[in-house]
Amino acid sequence: MNSELRELYQQVILDHNKSPRNYKKLDAATHASEGRNPLCGDHLHLYLILKDGVVEDISFEGNGCAISKSSASLMTSMVKGKSTEEAEILFEKFHNLVTGKLSEDADLTDVGKLAVFQGVREFPVRVKCASLAWHTLHAALKDENKIVTTE
Amino acid sequence: MISQSNTEPVIQIPAFDVMKIREDFPILKQLIHNKPLVYLDNAATTQKPQMVIDKEKSYYEEINSNIHRGVHLLSQKSTMEYETAREKVMRFINAKYLSEIIFTKGTTDGINLIASSFGEKYVHEGDEIIISHLEHHSNIVPWQLLCQRKNALLKVIPINDDGEIIFEEFEKLITEKTKIISVVHASNSLGTINPIKEIINKAHSYNIPVLIDGAQSVQHYKIDVKELDCDFFVFSGHKLYAPTGAGVLYGKEKLLEELPPYQGGGDMISSVTFEKTTYNDLPYKFEAGTPNISGGICLGTAIDYVNSIGFDSIVAYENELSLYTENKLNGIEKLKRIGTAKNKSSVFSFVLEGIHPHDIGTILDFEGIAIRTGHHCTQPIMERFGIPATARASLAFYNTKEEVDFLTSSIKKVFEVFA
Repeated sequence: MNSELRELYQQVILDHNKSPRNYKKLDAATHASEGRNPLCGDHLHLYLILKDGVVEDISFEGNGCAISKSSASLMTSMVKGKSTEEAEILFEKFHNLVTGKLSEDADLTDVGKLAVFQGVREFPVRVKCASLAWHTLHAALKDENKIVTTE
Repeated sequence: MISQSNTEPVIQIPAFDVMKIREDFPILKQLIHNKPLVYLDNAATTQKPQMVIDKEKSYYEEINSNIHRGVHLLSQKSTMEYETAREKVMRFINAKYLSEIIFTKGTTDGINLIASSFGEKYVHEGDEIIISHLEHHSNIVPWQLLCQRKNALLKVIPINDDGEIIFEEFEKLITEKTKIISVVHASNSLGTINPIKEIINKAHSYNIPVLIDGAQSVQHYKIDVKELDCDFFVFSGHKLYAPTGAGVLYGKEKLLEELPPYQGGGDMISSVTFEKTTYNDLPYKFEAGTPNISGGICLGTAIDYVNSIGFDSIVAYENELSLYTENKLNGIEKLKRIGTAKNKSSVFSFVLEGIHPHDIGTILDFEGIAIRTGHHCTQPIMERFGIPATARASLAFYNTKEEVDFLTSSIKKVFEVFA
């Protein structure tokens, strides 16, 4: 396989696509939002239980490509237990990562497993796939009652 | 065809040399991600032959000037070329009069023109408009907007699991309130060919006019609007090997004459005072403003090109290639084709088990293969089949069996990535 392609479809991404984590509906959700990429047909519902400014639980359901699904899966794993401020900071770092705004030698330790999405920067049309879940999270945290799209 | 005796000439379809045809399309020679381009997104837009590219260039180098206005030589030349292109279109679809050929921006523009102008005059509160479940958004939304404006009702002919319209259901939808029927000839996302002749005959038995969306048919089949007896026929030049931004609305002269203008402006008037404007004759009544002159002229050149190959050859070759593609795709395990109508064009939509079409598109791109992934501006069809999107390979007469083989082997690679 081509090296850029291998970089995009890393094993962790393929694994999360196949067995997404936190893939369910949270009946006790205090916050929820919906995200769509109309052109690709990506569609996800995000559920959160927020308590004292902390993401106590988070889950998602939906349809999408490997990049959008694994991104949602990894995002839910990463932000569970974090404060809303920490989640927003992570979003910003993630966004810089996938849009190639981080320098080559940037320290990726604080983004943890999200580093696997670095390959997305070579695929401008796939940035919206990777960031859909994060935009949807942002809307849920802001309690914006609207459908998010990244088109 | 086989001749009766050895002395008679053998009548046969002219030999179709696809490698020679490919030479006419310079873009096909390039590499994509270091692999030869395999262009299978022809339903989105077709590539342009050298003849058309040269024409566009020579128009701007030699005769660029505005039409229908100047007494100077260049204006006369561009006007003549533009009107010659109109004649070529007229003969191409076998229309009766030049006045029946309206140049538009494309299919969408043509449908909007009719929805707006016909709708303004003939559609009133409580009236009904019929479309099919196979329509592109461009043959849905203009009618929805009209229905909202007029408080009219949009009715949809349902389709079966193969993606074919259910004719008996269509007949049931017709009432005395039906004002117009607008249906696609060939579906852009499933490839289904609608029985438009039967639809037109049925509609006409109730005196209801019919618009045919020919965006996906005019490049694959010989269109004869007189024989079809359709009232309106719309298509885009860019899907017929011409540049983007120029298309055609055909309408029966009598119907067009009775319609109010669509847009106001220059060229569509015969005289203007602040009190009253009288409109120009057909077809200019519907052509306000400076049109896409080079686009219209190049559409004429693209028609010359297609005619030089001949529809008998095009249809025979594309049918053979389609059958080959169908068999190849059917042989891939875990590939499900969406759209399996008996009467089908060279459009192939499919999904792969457990793999989203977008991922298929990205991986095939790295093999140099251009396909379309998504909902193809036909969200109601996706909903009908319970899928968010499909991958779509759509063929043109410059595609080869070798390219189809390469598509097949590359789809197997997609499975390997996701194994």
